[in-house]
Amino acid sequence: MHRVSRSSGRSPDRAASRAARQAARRVQSGPSLGARLRRDRVMLLLVLPGFLFFVVFHYVPLLGNVIVFQDYQPYLGFKDSPWVGLGNFSVFAEPDFYRALLNTLKFAVLQLVLFFPAPIGLALLLNSIISPKIKRFVQSVVYLPHFIGWVILISISQQLIGGTGLLPQFLGELGLPRVDLMTSSGFFPWLVTLQLIWKDAGWGTIIYLAALLNIDTEHYEAAAIDGADRWRRLWHVTLPGIVPVTLLLLILNLGSILSVGFEQILLQRDAVGADAAEVLDTYVYFHGVLDGQWGPAAAVGLVKGVIGLVLILGANKLAHRLGHEGIYSR
Amino acid sequence: MKTSQRPPWMEAPTKAGLAIKGMVIAVVCLLVLYPFVNIVATSLAGESEITRRGGIIPLFPSEPTLAAYKTIFAGGVVSHALLVSAGITIIGTALNLVVTIALAYGLSRPIVGGRFVLTCVLFTMLFGAGIIPNFLLIKALGLYDSYASLIVPGLVSAFNFLVLRNFFQNIPAELLDSARIDGAGDLAILLRIVLPLSKAVLAVVALFYAVGHWNAFFNALLYLSDTGKWPLPLVLRLYVLQGQPVGGATESPGEAVASIQAVQMAVVVVALVPILCVYPFLQRYFTKGVLTGAIKG
Repeated sequence: MHRVSRSSGRSPDRAASRAARQAARRVQSGPSLGARLRRDRVMLLLVLPGFLFFVVFHYVPLLGNVIVFQDYQPYLGFKDSPWVGLGNFSVFAEPDFYRALLNTLKFAVLQLVLFFPAPIGLALLLNSIISPKIKRFVQSVVYLPHFIGWVILISISQQLIGGTGLLPQFLGELGLPRVDLMTSSGFFPWLVTLQLIWKDAGWGTIIYLAALLNIDTEHYEAAAIDGADRWRRLWHVTLPGIVPVTLLLLILNLGSILSVGFEQILLQRDAVGADAAEVLDTYVYFHGVLDGQWGPAAAVGLVKGVIGLVLILGANKLAHRLGHEGIYSR
Repeated sequence: MKTSQRPPWMEAPTKAGLAIKGMVIAVVCLLVLYPFVNIVATSLAGESEITRRGGIIPLFPSEPTLAAYKTIFAGGVVSHALLVSAGITIIGTALNLVVTIALAYGLSRPIVGGRFVLTCVLFTMLFGAGIIPNFLLIKALGLYDSYASLIVPGLVSAFNFLVLRNFFQNIPAELLDSARIDGAGDLAILLRIVLPLSKAVLAVVALFYAVGHWNAFFNALLYLSDTGKWPLPLVLRLYVLQGQPVGGATESPGEAVASIQAVQMAVVVVALVPILCVYPFLQRYFTKGVLTGAIKG
């Protein structure tokens, strides 16, 4: 504004064109900040509680990670706990940590190989059901377990395959050894993966089914006319149609690859022992919250989070390189 | 009937192919449904039958009895946990919805600073602070051992926020503009136009939140040391997975005695029933809810 008044002494022509240019710029950049705040005041008030929630419960705890560099004592607090520099990171040289890391990787690989493809196969099966009634029924059945909490789910597996459950009973009647799959440490990684498939393979089909619906039927028709049988159509039309969404979910999975079923494993850790069931998250819980080794446990948690972030951003970059959209564009 | 639903270019399925497909589908459905049948059957069986059949009631008990349910509700622990879980679920879901709707609506239009807030929210989907800093925060805020510790830390889920925001953004702008010309403010537009149009997606989001509260296990384990405040999942773990006998059972002679196994499965059934009750009504909205959140996130 004051620039307009300064230029008022010069030739009226130039002043006018300048004012017009400024007016144009104002239109381009919209009203002033004050005016926009006034215009958006209701919307801003609505946003405020949610924003405060994210600041307090997601960003303030990030600061709590300073205890990674402290010998944190709850009665001393953040301010008075002694600083130890990188001392807590010696935890990464301990065998307990390696056990947790190896178990985590073992679970992660099994889930990637067995659980990740399960919804794809199930979605292809569902998609091949022609009768809409049967399809809807099967869908309602397979989505259901997603809503069953881990405590309930593990109680149910205890009842079906635990020591006194259905499976050992059945095996006993056949004269076979009564195995207890719930307390076998060797079977535990498979048990965890199977439980996960039971719970979420059906739910995972939703996104693939949508992708399958989006494939233009003309492609199928053209392929059929060209003489492609159903398997060739699956290979040349259906599968290419779900590659982008598969890649997207793979990226998202990579980000959480070190968070293998925390509640699920914690609940069954007593039954199979820490050697088989200690993963990074349970390590943090038992060493930090229960044993009071706050600093070292927080260090493990922080490194795990950073690795997850690096993995997801790296995988996304790779997806962009390969010409796919990834989780966000740009 | 069948042939009319098959597109003309698709070859007729072979008999063997149909049979194999039908069998696979039947097996999948059985694998999902049978466990529920089994636990309900076991929870209804009497002591003598469970002993006789070695703990296994495959389909339905020959003499069904409600003894197990009487036992768990006589103790008071399960009834109290049930009340706690119901309260947390109802109050928690209501608060979740209010704050999430407000945030999603506020950010569904370009507002001052909206981009920044959105980025802040989305980043939390990629990186979390971790168990220990969250635990220390709850302690520092004085929420430890309070029911609020089960509700407040999960007040807004970034995923549910995205579902709602994407849905709100897809509401035709002409509808909102015409309301604005008629003099409606932002709040009136939310209450009178946006929310009534969003009933289906709100139902799905409410279900996601409610199921989360009902099944809440780890937060309760982490933040509640007072066992008197325990919600149902913790009590379930105590009785079923850790094998603690359900207390307070007074067995009068002559009545059918409930076996431990029946009592355990009765607790599981009690925890399952609310989910099984709302599921059929909301099931048809899932696809919409999940896809509005996932695809355009």
